[in-house]
Amino acid sequence: MYKKSLSYVHLIWMALFVLAPILMVLVYSLTTKDANGNSVLTFAHYAKFVNPAYIGILWKSVWIAALASAVCLLLGFPAAMILCNRDRRRAQLGKKGSVLLLFVMPMWMNMLLRTYSWLTILEKNGLLNNLLEALHLPPVQLLYTTGAVVLGMVYNFIPFMILPIYSVLVKIDRSVIEAAEDLGANSFCVYTRIIIPLSLPGVISGITMVFLPAITTFIISQLLGGGQYMLFGNLIEQQFLKADNWNFGSALSIVMMILIFLAMRIMNLFNKNGQQVAMF
Amino acid sequence: MREKLKHGAESAYLFLLVLFLYAPVVVLMVYSFNASKSRGRWGGFSLKWYAELFSDSALMSALYYTLAVAVLSAVIACVIGTAAAIGIQAFKSKGVKGAIMAVTNIPVVSSELVTGVSLMILFAAVNIPLGFPTLLLAHITFNIPYVVLSVQPKLTQLNRDLYEAALDLGAHPFLAFRKVVFPEIMPGIINGLLLSFTLSLDDFIISFFTTGNGVSNLSIYVYSMARRGINPKINALSTIMFGAVMLLLILINRRSGKDKDKNILMQG
Amino acid sequence: MGEHLIEFIDVSKQFDTTEALSHINLYVDRNEFVTLLGPSGCGKSTLLRIIAGFEEPSNGQVLFEGKDLVSIPPYQRRVNTVFQKYALFPHMDVYENIAFGLKIAKKDKKEIDYEVSRVLELVNLKGYAHRATDSLSGGQQQRVAIARAIVNKPHVLLLDEPLAALDLKLRKGMQVELKNMQRELGITFIYVTHDQEEALTMSDTVVVMREGTIQQIGRPIDIYNEPKNAYVADFIGESNIIDGVMKRDCLAEFCGVEFECVDSGFAPNEPVDVVIRPEDLYLVPAENGKIVGIVESVTFKGVHYEMLVKSEGYTWMIHDTQMFEEGSQVGLLVKPFDIHIMKKSAGEADAVV
Repeated sequence: MYKKSLSYVHLIWMALFVLAPILMVLVYSLTTKDANGNSVLTFAHYAKFVNPAYIGILWKSVWIAALASAVCLLLGFPAAMILCNRDRRRAQLGKKGSVLLLFVMPMWMNMLLRTYSWLTILEKNGLLNNLLEALHLPPVQLLYTTGAVVLGMVYNFIPFMILPIYSVLVKIDRSVIEAAEDLGANSFCVYTRIIIPLSLPGVISGITMVFLPAITTFIISQLLGGGQYMLFGNLIEQQFLKADNWNFGSALSIVMMILIFLAMRIMNLFNKNGQQVAMF
Repeated sequence: MREKLKHGAESAYLFLLVLFLYAPVVVLMVYSFNASKSRGRWGGFSLKWYAELFSDSALMSALYYTLAVAVLSAVIACVIGTAAAIGIQAFKSKGVKGAIMAVTNIPVVSSELVTGVSLMILFAAVNIPLGFPTLLLAHITFNIPYVVLSVQPKLTQLNRDLYEAALDLGAHPFLAFRKVVFPEIMPGIINGLLLSFTLSLDDFIISFFTTGNGVSNLSIYVYSMARRGINPKINALSTIMFGAVMLLLILINRRSGKDKDKNILMQG
Repeated sequence: MGEHLIEFIDVSKQFDTTEALSHINLYVDRNEFVTLLGPSGCGKSTLLRIIAGFEEPSNGQVLFEGKDLVSIPPYQRRVNTVFQKYALFPHMDVYENIAFGLKIAKKDKKEIDYEVSRVLELVNLKGYAHRATDSLSGGQQQRVAIARAIVNKPHVLLLDEPLAALDLKLRKGMQVELKNMQRELGITFIYVTHDQEEALTMSDTVVVMREGTIQQIGRPIDIYNEPKNAYVADFIGESNIIDGVMKRDCLAEFCGVEFECVDSGFAPNEPVDVVIRPEDLYLVPAENGKIVGIVESVTFKGVHYEMLVKSEGYTWMIHDTQMFEEGSQVGLLVKPFDIHIMKKSAGEADAVV
C-alpha cells in the first residue's frame, strides 16, 4: 500500500518552492553586482547589519515578542486551566461541548480587519476614550505606542497559547492528581509538582506558536504602532518593497531564520521528554 | 460557598477574556450598519453598505480571488499532501523520513515573512510575473505541510492488519485502500482540507509578496485601504462571511449530532 | 480501647439521581485485611474513595480513629491509595515517584534515600530506582505504586483493584506477596475487587456488596459456606439455587421431595431459596438417589467433571471426580448440612457483623 512514488510530487514541490527559494535568499544575501553587472561574493550585507541601529531593532523585536509571549502565557494558562476543569465537571454531568470553541472563533474573521478594528477602539476619539470620558476619567493615548503593539500581538496570538496548553491539560489523568493529593500534596503542591511540569510540552509549544509570529510580524506593528514603528519584520519588508535592496533584505531574512532556529532549539531544551503537542 | 465563589471568579475571568477577543469583532460588525462612512462616528442604522457591497467591482474581484485561491489551493494541497503522507510511510530509513519531514516542516516553522520573501525572489529569478498563478502556487506551497501533518497521525494510528485483512479477503490493493484505509484517514484529510482553506482565506503576508498585476485577495484589499480608512463595505462583507462560517459550524454540529443518533439506532 | 480504626455510620452517597451507597454501616479494625467485593457499579470503589477523601458522603458519618473524617482533605489523611491503573507520575522516575510523599512531608534527603531503598527492596525492585516508569512492565509498575504508598507508613492502605490489569500468573503471585506484605508491615489493608477468588484467598474479612448495599460481612470461609442469601451464594463460587418451601424447622421441600436440613427459624410453609454448591451434590445410581435426572452434558475441568443433570423442574450443576455418561439416568444425593436455606427477599441483609 505504501509506495514511495506517492510522495514524489510533494518532494519535487518542496524542492522547487521551499528549498530552492531559501537557497536563492542565501545566494542573494552573499552576493552583490560589480561594475560589470556580474555577481560577486560578499559579506557586505551582513557587515551592514552589524550596526547598532539594526541590532537595536532586532533586540527590540525579540524583547517585544518575548513580552507578548509572557503576557499570553500569564493570561492563557489560567484560561486553559479553567476551561479544562470546567469541561471535566461538565463531562462528569454527561454534558459535551466546550467553551474552547469561543476562543477559536474570532480567528474566522480576517485578521487584518480585526487588528484594524482596534484602531476604532484605541484612537484619540475612539470608543475607549469615549467610555473613559463618560466615566469622567482622563483619556489615554494608547495607539501608536509599544503597548498597542503588544496588545495587538496578544490579541492575535493568545488562542495559539490556550489551545496547546488546554490539549495537554485535558490529557492529564485525573487519578494522577488524586495520587498526589493522596500522598500529601495540597492544591499548591499539586500545581507546582504535577500539573505545571506535566503541562510543560503544551506551554513550550504555546510559547513557540506565539513568539515566532510575533517576532516576524510587520503588520501589527505597522497598524497599531504607526507608520514609523520599526520591528525586524518591518525592516525586512521595507528592504524588499520600499528600499528595493533585495540583497540586504535577504541577509536580514537569513538572520531571522537563524534566530527562529535558535529559538526553537532553546524551546526544545525545556521539553526534555521530547513530547510533541499535536495542533491539528 | 468557597467553591461557588471560585467558580464565579473563574467564569468572570473567562468572560473578560472573551470580551477582549470579541470587542473588535463586535465593533467591526456594528460599524457595518453605520450610516456614516467615518469610523468612530455613529450616523444611524443603515443597510446601505450591504446593498452597495455587490456593485463594488474591486471588492467583488478581491472576494473572487480569495475564494478561488482558497478552494483551489486547499484541494490541490490536499491531493499532493495526502499522497505524500502515504508515500512517506514507505521510507523505511528513519534518517530519510526525518529529513523529508524536516523539509516539509520548513514552511510551518519558518515565518510567513521568510516564505513570502523567498518565493518572491524565486518568481523574480525565473521571470514569472506576479499574479494569480504565483499567488496560487504560494498558497499550495504553504498548505501542503498542514495536510501532511494532519493525515500522518491517522496513518500511524492505522491498524495495518486492516489493510492486510482486506487483501486476505480477496480485495484488490486499490479496492482495499479505498474501502479500508481511506475511510480511516478521512478525518485527517478533511481536517487538512479545512485547515488549508481557512489559512488561505485569511492569509495576508505570503499573498502580499507573491501577488501583483492587480490581483488582490481580501486581506490585501483591506491593507491597501487601511491608509485611506476602511470602507464600511468590507465590514459588511466580513460580517456576512463570519455569519456564513457560524452557520456552517452549527450545521456541522447538528449533522454530527444526528449521525450519532443514527449510529445508536443502528447499534440498538 | 475497643475502638475501631475506621467506622462508617449510616453512610449514603448520591451522584445526581443515582444512589451509589445506601445506609452503609461498617467498621474496620487495626491490622485487618478487609476486601470489598462486588460487581462493577456496586459502590465498592465509592466507599474506598470516601475513605481516601476524594468523595464526600451525602449522609452519615465516617470516623477514623474515633474522629470525624469528612472535613479532612485527602492530603492530610494517614491513608494512602494504590490506584487501579497505578497513576504513576509520568514525568518522574521510579525513585522520584516513591519519594514524592516523603518530599512533601519535608523529610531530609538521607532519610528519603534510606526509606526509598528499603521499600524498593521490599517490593523486589532493587536497582530500578532511576528507571523511567513507562519502561517498566505492568507488574513492576504495580510494585512501584505499592512502594509509593507504603513508604509513607500509612495507617491504612487502600487498594483499588490493583491486580486487575495483570495477567493470571502474575496476579496469583502478587496476591501472595500482598498478603505477606500486609502481615510484615502491620498495616490495615482495604482492598477492592470484583474477583471472588482473590477476595477469598487474601482477606481476613470479606464485605460483599451489591447496588450500594452491603449483603454480607464475614470471614472468607463463612461467606463461602454460609452465604446469607442467594445473591451472595451465586456471586461467591458457583451455586444451584432452587425455589423451595420450608415445611417446618429442619425440613425443606424442593423439586417435590422433602429434605432434612439444619436451618430453622422460618415460618411453616414459607417459600425460600435453596442453595447447594455443585461439589456438595453426589451422583449415585438412579435407584439410590432422592432426585432422578438425565445427564445433559459433561465437561472435563481438570480436577473434576462438570455435569449438567436435568431433573423435573431444574437443571443441576454437579462437580464430581467420577464421570457419568451423557444421556444416562442418575440419582442425586445431598447431605443435610450442605443445604443452605435463604430468605426469599434477597434485597437488604443485616449489614453489621
